[in-house]
Amino acid sequence: MRHRLLRGLLGLAAAVWTAPALATGDVAEFTLENGMQAVVIEDHRSPAVVHMVWYRVGAADEPPGQSGIAHFLEHLMFKGTDDLAAGEFSQIVEANGGTDNAFTSWDYTGYIQRVSADRLGLMMEMEADRMRDLALDPEMVDTERSVILEERAQRTDSSPGALYNEQLRAALYLNHPYRIPVIGWRHEMEDLTREEALAFYSRYYAPNNAILIVAGDVDPDEVRALAEQHYGPLEPTPGLEPRARPSEPPQNADRRVIYEDPTVASPYVSRSYLAPERDPGDQETAAALSLLAEILGGGQTSLLSRVLQTEEQVSLYSAAFYDGLNLDDGSFTLLNVPVPGRSLEEAEADLDRMIARFLEEGIDPAQFERVKFLYEASEIYAEDDTSGLARRYGTALTSGLTVEDVAAWPEVIAATTIDDVMEAARMVFGQHSVTGYLTVPDAEDAE
Amino acid sequence: MIRAILTAAFAVLALPAAAQVDIQEVTSPGGIDAWLVEDHSIPFVALDIRFQGGTSLDLPGKRGATYLMTGLLEEGAGGMTDQEFAAAEESLAARFSWNAYGDSVVISAEMLTETREASADLLRAAIMEPAFDETAFERVRGQVLSIIAGNQNDPDDIAPDTFAALAYGDHPYASQQEGTPESLAGLTPDDLHEAHRRLFTRDRLYVGAAGDITPEELGALLDHLFGDLPETGAEDVGEAPWNLTGGVTVVEFPTPQSVAFFGHPGIARDDPDFFPAFVLNQILGGGNFRSRLQDQVRVQRGLTYGIGTYLALSDHRPMLLGQFSSSNNLVAQAIEVVQAEWADIAENGVTETELEAAKLYLTGAYPLRFDGNANIAGILAGMQQDHMPVDYINTRNANVEAVTLEDVRRVAARLLQPDELHFVVVGRPEGLESSD
Repeated sequence: MRHRLLRGLLGLAAAVWTAPALATGDVAEFTLENGMQAVVIEDHRSPAVVHMVWYRVGAADEPPGQSGIAHFLEHLMFKGTDDLAAGEFSQIVEANGGTDNAFTSWDYTGYIQRVSADRLGLMMEMEADRMRDLALDPEMVDTERSVILEERAQRTDSSPGALYNEQLRAALYLNHPYRIPVIGWRHEMEDLTREEALAFYSRYYAPNNAILIVAGDVDPDEVRALAEQHYGPLEPTPGLEPRARPSEPPQNADRRVIYEDPTVASPYVSRSYLAPERDPGDQETAAALSLLAEILGGGQTSLLSRVLQTEEQVSLYSAAFYDGLNLDDGSFTLLNVPVPGRSLEEAEADLDRMIARFLEEGIDPAQFERVKFLYEASEIYAEDDTSGLARRYGTALTSGLTVEDVAAWPEVIAATTIDDVMEAARMVFGQHSVTGYLTVPDAEDAE
Repeated sequence: MIRAILTAAFAVLALPAAAQVDIQEVTSPGGIDAWLVEDHSIPFVALDIRFQGGTSLDLPGKRGATYLMTGLLEEGAGGMTDQEFAAAEESLAARFSWNAYGDSVVISAEMLTETREASADLLRAAIMEPAFDETAFERVRGQVLSIIAGNQNDPDDIAPDTFAALAYGDHPYASQQEGTPESLAGLTPDDLHEAHRRLFTRDRLYVGAAGDITPEELGALLDHLFGDLPETGAEDVGEAPWNLTGGVTVVEFPTPQSVAFFGHPGIARDDPDFFPAFVLNQILGGGNFRSRLQDQVRVQRGLTYGIGTYLALSDHRPMLLGQFSSSNNLVAQAIEVVQAEWADIAENGVTETELEAAKLYLTGAYPLRFDGNANIAGILAGMQQDHMPVDYINTRNANVEAVTLEDVRRVAARLLQPDELHFVVVGRPEGLESSD
């Protein structure tokens, strides 16, 4: 009686592998004469459109001593142009029933509006206007600096977990600017100036450094005509070379980060390794690492969850993450939150034990097939989220990948073998790493 | 150039865009109701299943039982262990999520068309035949204890939790749905079975569905999933009291930035003044940069990264609530600005420009909500839960359009009570002390 339902389910599931006919949406691509690249994703299910402009510049491209300037500029982009007053951009979007926002990461800065599809031209007109004609009142810059300091206070300085991650990252990257937080180090944020923001802006905010992404109820030819009308006349920045950041030297030592804060409720241990990122035409290792993360610490049947949480009950929560969608080196991280009473040293030993066991025992073929099928199915579910598809292309294209690389990714995943994953695991776990403890002061005494 | 286009756009929007949503009312052969938006363009269906009553149905002394019960539904059911259940869910690429709230437990399911039958068997097992076995019970209880410990150390939780404890007397709303270490220590698997019996009943069930399924298929699915539910369970709890008055409560906490949570009683979803109140909240603190509070506290003064207010339409005590964070040396000034705006709008209402901007935004943004099967299924379940008519979507924008300046002035005078507005501030705020 016990396994009745389960057997039935697995029998049915076996038939599923053969029929993964994915109805991928139409994706079109073109480039304007001034160098602006464009991607159009059609989805006619609702009369809405997502309009995004992504710049190939982020926190990892900031001049030394100006950490946070990419993100500060993102805020200032709402503060007016030669045509629009401060705040008017968002007012017009809202008056047209839309929502707008912006985001900054290490490799990109992006601007997004979601509106009724018949307002696309207006969004382009305004986004094109602020790509080249920002006009900043000095007093407003001072007020907005106060806002980003409050943002840092809210998101980072009030959060032991965020402060810990900031320190971990600075230890993981010895030389690459990925070691610097996107929001900026507070002491440098306090001194960011209007002139620094404008210098960064005039160099990097240009059509030949921008990617237009439009997703929704649109026709690619119409998008192209609108883009030529609004973005076509913009002048490119001459002499913009592909980005070349300081790179990592050989990492010759393990590092440890111990962050203590009395308000940490559940202490945990994490272990991070550098890992190769997805590269154009070369995504095989990244695909193997993606599957490795799922197998080790993705869902409830992953090795860490199954053994540490369910069988041995020594962990409250465990996980593995691969961060491979970057222009430069990514990372692979394992995490273990031990049950109360179990020390972080023991929790770290548990992680070591799981890595050793994995390298020794290898991968259960049934689990491997499940994980790959989940990847296939996730492509079906992803089609339901047009904004998510648009973000996927924006992230990939600002990370040095092409539209073809994005299209090929599911096939690369499908072609990955157990041996590929084991080889990737041996490579990653053979490196020096950063082990971190987030804990309370005198945790040992407290126990 | 931009201004010319903008003017044209305003003119166009005078006719509110219509949401293109065709809702079918489905009743299964066994008599179970659901609303459906049928769309066969992507081969999966999203279900949003709600049991009204939620964690407020916890029995006295059993706080946390409904929350823990919800968390354990997928941890072994229908003769499967937790690991077997998880492996089956992965094999089918079904996606289930289980969430507990004060007024309802929400189960969201996404199922591929090609594995729907087996996925539904799995879902049914979790809802109808959860095991609550001792080992999984202990493990998940440990996870909930760590969640409680985390909340007790996080100012973003301490602030609303303190507010609730001060405001709602001995009503379930006054305590945390996760329970306390003491209440959890007293729970047994039998208590979870009891919580399950109280909440999982036909008369508390609301279902929304969207995606690749026909009404006939949905009808059969409803009977399969829910046909064996008992008709009724627990009695509803009563209205929550309001035991606070205007002022400030400071909770000392070591952090560079204080969290302020504030509010007073609000307005019910079925109140004749609901739409004016809804528009009023949009103008006051509706979350965009144009709102009064965002403009005065963030944009003009740089005192916060963000501030917002919302109409909390809780079943047993509707509220008008808000939250922001400010550095310890700025939070007192920020609170003064909030109090001043509250009093100003209560006395003077809002401007014609503010009203028109809010109406344009609300009516234009509404059709954009119906984005994706999971979102649509959730909206459909929520509408039924709120006893809205099925044609609500077609009349909603007209109701927003009909709100006049005088309506907003009248409702602002009724709803906004500067003397009742209470702030809980967690941190080390400078120049601010508890008023009570």
